[in-house]
Amino acid sequence: MKDSRRRFLKLAGISAFALIGGLGASGAQAQIAPGKYIPRPGGLKAKRWAMVIDTRRFASAEDYAPCIEACDRAHNIPHIPTDQNVKWIWTDTYDHVFPDDMNNHLNTSVRSRPYMLLCNHCDNPPCVRVCPTQATYKMPNGIVAMDYHRCIGCRFCMAGCPYGARSFNFVDPRKYLPDPYPNKEFPTRMIGVVEKCNFCVERLADGKMPACVEASNGKIAFGDLEDPNSSVRQALANNFSIRRKPSLGTQPGVYYLI
Amino acid sequence: MLQMLFKASKSYYAWLAFLLCVIAVCGIAYLDQLFNGLGITGMSKDVSWGLYISQFTYFVGVAASAVMLVLPAYFHHYKKFKRMIIFGEFMAVAAVVMCALFIVVDLGQPQRMLNVMLYPTPNSVMFYDMIVLCGYLGLNIVIGWVTLEAEFRDAEPPKWVKPLIYISIIWAFSIHTVTAFLYAGVPGRHYWLTAIMAARFLASAFCSGPAILLLLIFAVRRLTGFDPGKDAVKTLSIIIVYAMCVNVFFYLCELFTSFYSNIPGHMEPIRFLFEGHGGHLAWVSYWMWAAVIMAIGSLIILIPPRWRNSRLLPFALIMLVAASWIDKGLGLLIGGFTPNMFEAVTPYMPTFKEVMVALGVYAVGALVLSLLWKIALSVKKISGHFSDQPE
Repeated sequence: MKDSRRRFLKLAGISAFALIGGLGASGAQAQIAPGKYIPRPGGLKAKRWAMVIDTRRFASAEDYAPCIEACDRAHNIPHIPTDQNVKWIWTDTYDHVFPDDMNNHLNTSVRSRPYMLLCNHCDNPPCVRVCPTQATYKMPNGIVAMDYHRCIGCRFCMAGCPYGARSFNFVDPRKYLPDPYPNKEFPTRMIGVVEKCNFCVERLADGKMPACVEASNGKIAFGDLEDPNSSVRQALANNFSIRRKPSLGTQPGVYYLI
Repeated sequence: MLQMLFKASKSYYAWLAFLLCVIAVCGIAYLDQLFNGLGITGMSKDVSWGLYISQFTYFVGVAASAVMLVLPAYFHHYKKFKRMIIFGEFMAVAAVVMCALFIVVDLGQPQRMLNVMLYPTPNSVMFYDMIVLCGYLGLNIVIGWVTLEAEFRDAEPPKWVKPLIYISIIWAFSIHTVTAFLYAGVPGRHYWLTAIMAARFLASAFCSGPAILLLLIFAVRRLTGFDPGKDAVKTLSIIIVYAMCVNVFFYLCELFTSFYSNIPGHMEPIRFLFEGHGGHLAWVSYWMWAAVIMAIGSLIILIPPRWRNSRLLPFALIMLVAASWIDKGLGLLIGGFTPNMFEAVTPYMPTFKEVMVALGVYAVGALVLSLLWKIALSVKKISGHFSDQPE
């Protein structure tokens, strides 16, 4: 009895092995050549995209409103009235944006200004490091991008991001969007995936500047950090700038002129 | 050995039926979450992990704790644990099943979870967590089943199982270490960014896991008459005391570093947990203080041998489990996310539905444990390893 069972198991094992082997072999034959990324002609190119926000020219939250609205429209971002909301760009106070800089005697102008928050597109992004599926990845031009179709919604990236730049679709975002959606060219997201600012990678590919930069009337510079003649390098060379939580070594790509 | 499940008492089947009912009812809450999203939970943009992940973390510890029986038995040939080992291994199986389910219920897109295997990402700690948990589940199923079957047939276990047992001992440490690395490796979360995290996890696991095991064994002793052996209980309680002392010591080390260095980021989460915010205690503060009292209470009973080996032991163990559960099952996650990335406070409290889903996973764990332990108990009865008295 025991012997026949052993024989059966052996046979079953060998057949399973043969089956898997066969499948593997046929899979190899049917393999399709991997797709290639070809940049569109007319797209904007850079070695390292970066943003410089001239906070001196934004006195109140209303000054940021056009930028935020442009982004919301471009990316179909829903307005969810709870703390399970989705934010790509938003504003906050100095002590929340730069919590490490705790100076009780900061001048009133700096202290009272609102500051614009968005994904920092770090050189060393912790979100990319922790993502278990590479749904968040770094592009060669420095943009930290996301594949909403691969994201499993584990939210490790949200725990990893030291800037609170990521949002999770706790509820169906489409229910909170106007009908029709503002931008038919950009996908709406589904429930259960993480999203964040993408530096308008889809607009750059079309040769357009990011939506917030376009709406800022020149108060936000966007360009190639590796190019000494770019607008961002010029702005950084001639002004005092800071970045959020620099001690963490993430090397943010968003700079604030103070 | 599965036939053992068909020869059980009516009350056993009633218990299984009860668990199935709990799973069904809680399953409805999960379906709600599956269709309508994690919006049914108390989590938010700022507190993006909650009860599910904290329960996952706690039960990885419970799973790892089986090693506190296996290690003395196989590395030090401590024979008195042999009768109880199978229960530790099967508890580990149930615990890992719960861990896996807690991860699944936490996912926004659970139907895509195999992406973790389709796109293996060695720079993500979660990738390793998946590997070590799957491996540990397999090891414990194979080792538990094979050794129990050998006992059932009154034979020596096959030789190939021994290397697996040695591997499982190392593996047990790895699962909780990797789970700690999920937390200890992210920048900007002050409460988690501590090198002692893995050590703390292991210490807390090695006291709470065996304590849960002993409590369950006591319940089984009352229900079935199975006796793990007086010396085995004594030795395991000593292990529990040492692990709990180390656990408390490690936490005090955290307090020293945070408060003597006087670095706000390091102090804020701990102050929030114990003092609340804006002059008001947070709901979690009451739990944290209860944990402190219960941790001290359990040590007061457990340290003197006379009290430890008395009828007080179960009470001390209950306090110990509750204290460690609050520390790891509530404080760890809430302290990690509060204050948030803007050094502000976003309150988190699990919702009723969230607790239901978690209870459902607990019920699945209880079901797996009940099935496996029933088989083990029946085999122990047949093989004459049921109690000290030969039958």
